Amino acid sequence: MGDVLIKISEVAKSYHRGAMDIPVLEDLNLSIDKGDFLAFMGPSGSGKTTLLNLIGGLDSPTVGSISIAGKQIHQLSQGQLAVWRSRNVGFVFQFYNLLPILTAQKNVELPLLLTHMSSSERKQRALTALQVVGLEDRANHRPRELSGGQEQRVAIARAIVSDPELLVCDEPTGDLDRTTADEILELLQLLNREYGKTVLMVTHDPKAADHANHTLYLDKGRLTGQQES
Amino acid sequence: MKYFSLIRAALFRKPISSILTLATLFIAFLLFGMLNSVSMAFSQGIDFSGIDRLIVAPRYSIIDDIPLNYQNRIQEVPGVELVAHRSWFGGTYQDNRQFFSRWPVPPAAFLDVYPEYKLPPDQVEAFINTRTGAIIGREVADRHDLEVGDRIPIIPNIWLNKDNGPWEFDLVGIFDSDDDTVDTNQMFINFEFFDEYRQFGQGGVGTFIVRISEPSRTAEIAKEIDAIFANSNDETKTTTEKAYNQMFANQLGDIGFIMTSILSAVFFTILLLTGNTMAQAIRERIPEFAILKTIGFSNMHILWIVLSESVLMILLGCIPGLLTAQLLIPLFMGVIPFFDSVEMTPLVYIQGVVLALLLGIVVGLPPALRAMRLNIVNAMGEHAV
Ligand SMILES: Nc1ncnc2c1ncn2[C@@H]1O[C@H](COP(=O)(O)OP(=O)(O)OP(=O)(O)O)[C@@H](O)[C@H]1O
Ligand SMILES: [Mg+2]
Repeated sequence: MGDVLIKISEVAKSYHRGAMDIPVLEDLNLSIDKGDFLAFMGPSGSGKTTLLNLIGGLDSPTVGSISIAGKQIHQLSQGQLAVWRSRNVGFVFQFYNLLPILTAQKNVELPLLLTHMSSSERKQRALTALQVVGLEDRANHRPRELSGGQEQRVAIARAIVSDPELLVCDEPTGDLDRTTADEILELLQLLNREYGKTVLMVTHDPKAADHANHTLYLDKGRLTGQQES
Repeated sequence: MKYFSLIRAALFRKPISSILTLATLFIAFLLFGMLNSVSMAFSQGIDFSGIDRLIVAPRYSIIDDIPLNYQNRIQEVPGVELVAHRSWFGGTYQDNRQFFSRWPVPPAAFLDVYPEYKLPPDQVEAFINTRTGAIIGREVADRHDLEVGDRIPIIPNIWLNKDNGPWEFDLVGIFDSDDDTVDTNQMFINFEFFDEYRQFGQGGVGTFIVRISEPSRTAEIAKEIDAIFANSNDETKTTTEKAYNQMFANQLGDIGFIMTSILSAVFFTILLLTGNTMAQAIRERIPEFAILKTIGFSNMHILWIVLSESVLMILLGCIPGLLTAQLLIPLFMGVIPFFDSVEMTPLVYIQGVVLALLLGIVVGLPPALRAMRLNIVNAMGEHAV
């Protein structure tokens, strides 16, 4: 390891509410190694989601630079960011964010619609991703026919199907019971160790954070500490 | 079309509501197809004219009839040379897709009044002398490959006969014309046979056609004829053939216009309701569009997906609706006098499909723009709350 994948320099983010400027992140510097598994913790409203959204290219910083695998993503337009996201980032959220009208397999295929793959290739890839998360036998189920943990696995399969370097997970176990949460965390660990994914995870659960290599603490929009697991 | 599975799944997300919407659209476009065909036919008007002929019609309605025995009294009016008459027969020959109008007439008098229908003297004789005789125009003969000596069965839709079966006529003549204002898409049958053999309505005719000897006295003669029947049960309205045709065309035009206006209002109300339902359905899926955008779908992708969805939905109602209109139109032909040239022209199809495309865009655009402008970060925040 030691290869830097993500470099965040002097980043600040503020939201406007009417004439008011609400600072959310301030004076943030951070380097994340390729292949790392990093947890972010901190009180509600401390800016964890905001930071994750900046790294995932869902939002842009007010000032500062974010470079990921050598790409200066803070300079990209909305449209360029969309293309960049589709190739480089997999997202997993607290609420599984599957399309209820599509089967598990079709949900997993969604990111591949943006590529030039043939439909058989897409199907093959989706089934492989479902296999990785242990759900190949649920390919034709719709989200409402799946448990919460299974839905989250499908979301993870969708996040890895286009083989992105980076997985961005915002409270992926926030809505799950202990056992199911542990299974999901083990899956993320597997993706990190066996498949070399760089995983960033926001969580409120110290036990979840234990699965990461280290944990960064945020408070009031600033990094306040770090802990190795 | 790799997005097709996505679009199709979205269309039938709520099957019952989709089916109701499709049924509504189907009916709207069925009405559109029929109405548009009818009003196009009405607006074409009817093209025949004559200066020295008067038409004596029922005063109040073109579908009333007038007693045949008026003929003698009209004949006595000074300046009247010859009186014939004509009634509407309707009915169906083979199928209704290619209609021609059919009229019971008194053969000798009618051909005298209308010298522009040209046929050989022996065929004129045969028409006068054959009780079940009929003559047709060249256009009908060519289209249906008919020859003198053929039998022509007509299934009645107004005038049932005493045997409750089809009418059978013997083709005794084919008329031509040197003048293209004369309509050869017609058939004339012997009134006497028609009158005896029909189940009801004996002794009534549609209109009288009167040839006059003094064209300069047209207006006075017309007034005198109407004066005879004033205050009777069957008052008349006499005009020149030209004015009659004009009035008739105007009346049909008015009917067509009123029908179109009323039904367009209905049509658009239906479509607005449907459009609103669809727009609502797309609005409910805003979180799903947030997911797609997160994954990397661009604004153009989203616009394209939503518009395809709404256009496809409307076309799925439109095309079957138009095709059904085409199937239904022949059932109405021949029932209403002059309702004989109604057809679904390619123009009606084109208008229907263009309308569907426009509506698809109008209905789909607002929610599509909304989904496009959606801020992912905010949308996910709302979703998580
Ligand atoms: N789109 C927005 N507009 C205005 N303010 C926002 C917006 N998004 C976040 N904020 C504000 O930024 C701050 C940080 O929000 P963020 O969602 O990053 O917190 P968080 O650490 O993820 O909290 P939680 O643990 O509750 O998820 C909060 O005060 C929030 O109100
Ligand atoms: Mg958060």
